[in-house]
Amino acid sequence: MNLIPVQGFMYPNEVELQWSVLIVLYPFLTGLVAGAFILASLERVFRVDEVKPTYRLALLTALAFLLVAPLPLQLHLGHPERSLEMYLTPHRSSAMAMFGFVYLWYLMAVLVLEIWLDYRREIVLLSKSTLGLKRWFYRALTVGSDNISPRALAIDERVGWIITVIGIPSAFLLHGYVGFIFGSVKANPWWSTPLMPVVFLFSAMVSGIAAVMLLYMVVCRLRKTVIDMRCLDTVAKYLFYTFIIDFSLEMLDLVHRIYEADESFRSLDFMVHTRLWVSHVVIQILLGTVTPIAILAITQIVRFTDIARKRLYATAGALTLIGIFAMRWNVVIGGQIFSKSLLGYTTYNMALASREGLLTAIALTLLPLGILWMLVKLFPPWPERALRS
Amino acid sequence: MTVSRRHFISLTGAAVVAWDYVLAGAPESSPNYQATDHWWAMLIDITKCIGCGNCVRACAEENHVPEGFFRTWIERYHVDDFHLEDPRVDSPNGGKDGFPPIPTSAGKDFFVPKLCNQCADSPCVQVCPVGATFVTRDGVVLVDEKYCLGCRYCVQACPYGCRFIDPERKTAQKCTLCYHRITKGLTTACCEACPTAARQLADLKNPKDPIHEFLKTHSVQVLKPQMATGAKVFYNGLDGSVR
Amino acid sequence: MKPLKDAEHLVRIAAVFLAGVLLFLGARALFVPKSFGQYGHYRADAVTEIAALPVVHAGHDTCEMCHVDVAELKHKGKHAGVNCEACHGPQARHADDPSSIKPALPDTAVLCARCHEESAAKPKAFPQVVTAEHSGGLPCKTCHTPHNPSIDSSLKPGDEK
Repeated sequence: MNLIPVQGFMYPNEVELQWSVLIVLYPFLTGLVAGAFILASLERVFRVDEVKPTYRLALLTALAFLLVAPLPLQLHLGHPERSLEMYLTPHRSSAMAMFGFVYLWYLMAVLVLEIWLDYRREIVLLSKSTLGLKRWFYRALTVGSDNISPRALAIDERVGWIITVIGIPSAFLLHGYVGFIFGSVKANPWWSTPLMPVVFLFSAMVSGIAAVMLLYMVVCRLRKTVIDMRCLDTVAKYLFYTFIIDFSLEMLDLVHRIYEADESFRSLDFMVHTRLWVSHVVIQILLGTVTPIAILAITQIVRFTDIARKRLYATAGALTLIGIFAMRWNVVIGGQIFSKSLLGYTTYNMALASREGLLTAIALTLLPLGILWMLVKLFPPWPERALRS
Repeated sequence: MTVSRRHFISLTGAAVVAWDYVLAGAPESSPNYQATDHWWAMLIDITKCIGCGNCVRACAEENHVPEGFFRTWIERYHVDDFHLEDPRVDSPNGGKDGFPPIPTSAGKDFFVPKLCNQCADSPCVQVCPVGATFVTRDGVVLVDEKYCLGCRYCVQACPYGCRFIDPERKTAQKCTLCYHRITKGLTTACCEACPTAARQLADLKNPKDPIHEFLKTHSVQVLKPQMATGAKVFYNGLDGSVR
Repeated sequence: MKPLKDAEHLVRIAAVFLAGVLLFLGARALFVPKSFGQYGHYRADAVTEIAALPVVHAGHDTCEMCHVDVAELKHKGKHAGVNCEACHGPQARHADDPSSIKPALPDTAVLCARCHEESAAKPKAFPQVVTAEHSGGLPCKTCHTPHNPSIDSSLKPGDEK
């Protein structure tokens, strides 16, 4: 602790940061979940048929990331073996406790149920056609019913639709809650704003849509199939619109802070200009927001070839993901490197190989991709594949 | 040296009460203590604090506070003339070894001892996801170290920076107002060690508590009143520059 | 009955969910500590556990039980409000077993300066000196008796008791 360089004055107990890069990763992962799900619901509820090719992929992406999301939290807890207490004796005034139930609700009652209903026909068919261990897996998932008559499937369709409708506010709640966990902390002026849940939600949608867009392009490449450009153009369009809203909200927060210039402003302003300059101004705003918005705007105005558009979308998507991760970093880490006395700053020395280090964060970011790969194998998103197997 | 009979009897009386309750190393209970009869607070008199660091050391010994962390600490302020918004503050090792003397210069210099404010509307209690930190019926905010997950949300939520995570036990820790002492009729370790009575324990429900009179007749403040935490550590002589 | 047949899988999955809820309720009954919720949303036993922690400082009332004459001397002088353990450190173990645990005497060359070394941050009315100029490096005990520090010509160094 004595090795952490402090500038100015920090309360003695706040020199060492409480929440590490894993807590930066957590809202990033849940954000991807919410965003991917909203994209999927575009097709299901709002009947935007153009994005149908990404529907199942978006659901599986959401599931892969949602399964990994609790891991950074568990690794960060002082006593992960006590984490069940959050479900056994949840403190109703705590956003964190209530979030445990929102997560559980969203995982089981929305995502798992919707995926199950959408895939049920394939599950039943696969439970009869596959061999070995996999057969038992599919059989378990059928819950003993192999009714895939047109009427049963129509019922599935209807119930699935209802679940998606419920799922949209649930997805909003899932990530809005994470924003509320930060935004409701009155002790921290960097976090405390009613805009926080809204900003988190829209940046989540941006990151989720960008992620599914990139994954769709990558998966098509791997499968050596043609990318549906009408689908891709529509996804990019929604990414653009959502980004405009997200950017406006973040600018509103910034302008409001600068204009009101309350007691915290001087300290926070200095922090952004010095310690957060690269991560906030350069990476989050310029590279991660303004540039992708500009790229997407140009594609809406100028007509490019398919190849050029794919390259532009891929670039915009990648920059978007980097920018949204930087946003999470700036909120979580930025909120802890200035003193609550507003008189000083500390430093975040990110560990490399420890439990809460950079390598762990990288592993946890790659893990959902591995899980997604497995899910795509078990639940093929595209019908012709299922029939072939 | 002789002692008057009256003095001896009064001493014995006090001693008997204290002796019953003070035994090192053996935990014991206080069957006569009724939590609902008390509402604990503290008075800190800035005009009396000399920054000797006795309180920080006494607390560390009494509560086995890990090195580098502080259940109580002292800040030294230097305020240039008329510049309330720009104090220069330092707290070398929390004031545990006292402060190196400084020469007189233009502006004000003073010490501010700080500790958990035992908030009645505590934001740390509000955010704890499992009920591991709570306000007792007698107004003390405690941490149940057998139940705490170590999620650190409470540390983030405290506006005063009085909480930390014990590096060994990986649970939240903070000033307990020496709950194990005040429930036995003793005062807190920091108040016991303070040579100038700059820190004094107060029981807001006890009409015979001498601090009541002080609180009624002096201008006192709490830290960060705009946070509306219901803080119960009252400061006399608190300068506007104190953060 | 025909519509129900086509929705049978929904009934089955609902049953799975219900089983999950029942499992959760069972876990609650099993794992929530018994004293939880007695006084509020916390484990009431925690309060008792914390209250039962051992004390490390004896408290001046206890010291004065045995050290009656020192207490007498102190109460007459400027250090009347300075409790014993403020200078002597925590002594609960000594109070528990006075004959076998003897506290070390504090070194006045170091101890007194902690409070009385002059500093601009200390209240002006508080007695403070620049020790180098005041005593020229001599330990404070040379002229002042710690328990009653006012310089009394009738007291000699070593006359503390």
